[in-house]
Amino acid sequence: MHPNETGSVVGIVSPQPLRVRIGWEDIRKRFSLYVGGVMVVFVLLGALFAPFFTPYSPIQQNYSAVLQGVSMAHWLGTDNLGRDTFTRLLFGARTSMEVTIGSALLGVVVGVPIGLLSGFYQGWFDDLILMRIIDALQAFPFLILALVLAAMLGPGIRNAAIAIGIGYIPIFVRTVRGQVLKEKNKEYIEAARMTGCRSSRLMIVHLLPNIMTPLLVQITLAIANGIVTEASLGYLGLSAQPPTASWGSMLQVAQGYISTDPLMAIAPGLAIVFAVLGFNLLGDGLQSRLNKRQV
Amino acid sequence: MAYAAKRLVTMIPVLIFLSIIVFSLIHLIPGNPAQVILGQDASPSSIRALEMQLGLNLPLPEQYLSWLGGILHGNLGRSLLDNQPVSQLILQSLPVTAELAVGTIIVAIAIAFPLGILAAVYRDRWADAVTLFVSTIGISVPPFWLGMIFLIEFTVRVHWFPSSGYEPLWSHPLRNLSVMTLPILATGFREAGVLLRMLRASLLDVLDQDFIRTARAKGISGWKVIFHHATKNALIPVITTGGLQIAGLLGGIVITETIFSLPGFGSLLVESVFSRDYTTIQGTALVAALAVVVVNLLVDITYGLVDPRMRK
Repeated sequence: MHPNETGSVVGIVSPQPLRVRIGWEDIRKRFSLYVGGVMVVFVLLGALFAPFFTPYSPIQQNYSAVLQGVSMAHWLGTDNLGRDTFTRLLFGARTSMEVTIGSALLGVVVGVPIGLLSGFYQGWFDDLILMRIIDALQAFPFLILALVLAAMLGPGIRNAAIAIGIGYIPIFVRTVRGQVLKEKNKEYIEAARMTGCRSSRLMIVHLLPNIMTPLLVQITLAIANGIVTEASLGYLGLSAQPPTASWGSMLQVAQGYISTDPLMAIAPGLAIVFAVLGFNLLGDGLQSRLNKRQV
Repeated sequence: MAYAAKRLVTMIPVLIFLSIIVFSLIHLIPGNPAQVILGQDASPSSIRALEMQLGLNLPLPEQYLSWLGGILHGNLGRSLLDNQPVSQLILQSLPVTAELAVGTIIVAIAIAFPLGILAAVYRDRWADAVTLFVSTIGISVPPFWLGMIFLIEFTVRVHWFPSSGYEPLWSHPLRNLSVMTLPILATGFREAGVLLRMLRASLLDVLDQDFIRTARAKGISGWKVIFHHATKNALIPVITTGGLQIAGLLGGIVITETIFSLPGFGSLLVESVFSRDYTTIQGTALVAALAVVVVNLLVDITYGLVDPRMRK
């Protein structure tokens, strides 16, 4: 619970609505949160337990089952090397989540402490140096920065995660810093300071928990963006290397078969849309809950 | 004018850091960059020659200053692939990307304005909910995949549009437009989703303000208030944040250009990534970031001039 929630009720009585009705807004907010949440859980389960959902191997080639259409044996058909498309989608989710969650971790581990410190202490270093570096990093279009970094670092899952994660750093620094600026002059921080609380404790024990929700919203939306970026890098051959399954590389292969086997291109794209939509809805849902709490 | 000057001065540190980031890129290459560029079998003398050409043999600060000096004279170095000046390669590619970007913005506005206003006016009703959900789908569909789907549907199945064969707008307008339509739509839908959400949020803010209530109280009709009073004021934040969106737009265009084989900025970047043409990669990254900085600066300054409240 918010430390000053108990204090703020005094004297302010919110006007009672004349009639009680569940508006579309309420339904929409819960819809985003729950539907998004369920979609995200599906993606995570698929990624975590991929081998349990399919009898096929994602990399074993089978030349007697090349480019098959939809059937009971192969729900989404097979690719040009006879590999089951549904299986590769599941393992592609694994690649996608490995890269995006890894990059989000990098962004959080680097970005959150910087944001906390810069918002807490401010000063000329924050204003003239740090924030201008953040401005400069954010001037690069997210995808272009990831693409250029991945090109320099070399292809692979780890480097793709680093490339995307560096793009996350300025986003998280800004989110955390903005929230710290908003929170640090509130009464509960003042009170903690009065009791002789050290700055480090103020930041970690008092400030950090109170900026968690906006940070979580930002992480969720960043992951949505990261999934598209990972797919783009994969499409260009800069993420997971063959034969590892990735949604982007599946699209790249599929492009050679769009006139004869469009399903090869449609399926991975729908998987990307499903995952991105899930994270976007979840982020929206969290955001509107957050707004409600702040009002 | 003082506002514009102040805004320009704050740009200087950003530009310095921007140049340092782009300069550092080549040093991210694991190992000796010249060795990596030339491959395993390169002779020591050719490696040294390339190091000289790229200035890699100098101490770091000197390397940076000479590189920066080149940039300030419009010299982005030469392509490692065919020795053409990088600045020329970029200039050749820009018209395609500019057309794609302008087309995308037009499509985005055409979709987002009516729907965004509708969503804000019918706030919390079904029209709002449906519009918002559709816009969430819009921002969740990667433009390059949508482009592939368009190719499957409109060029492979029904032959409405050609799949390639770009010609400049001025010399072959019809051919140009038929090639550009699908990529513009592919990137436009996503941007429409983004713009719609911004417009709706901004309109909702404005509609809650006192002057709207005053206008309504004076008996001005509902739609007139929306268009004349609310939308005009709601546009200011939309255009300022829309300026930031130009970065997202550029990112979305990159791979879409590749899918449709358009000889634009994105294709240039992707090709240089494939061919490990590191100087071209550096040059394109720099120009992309500069474009974003300049657009945002122009947006800010214009608004400072138009709306005195923005000059704080």
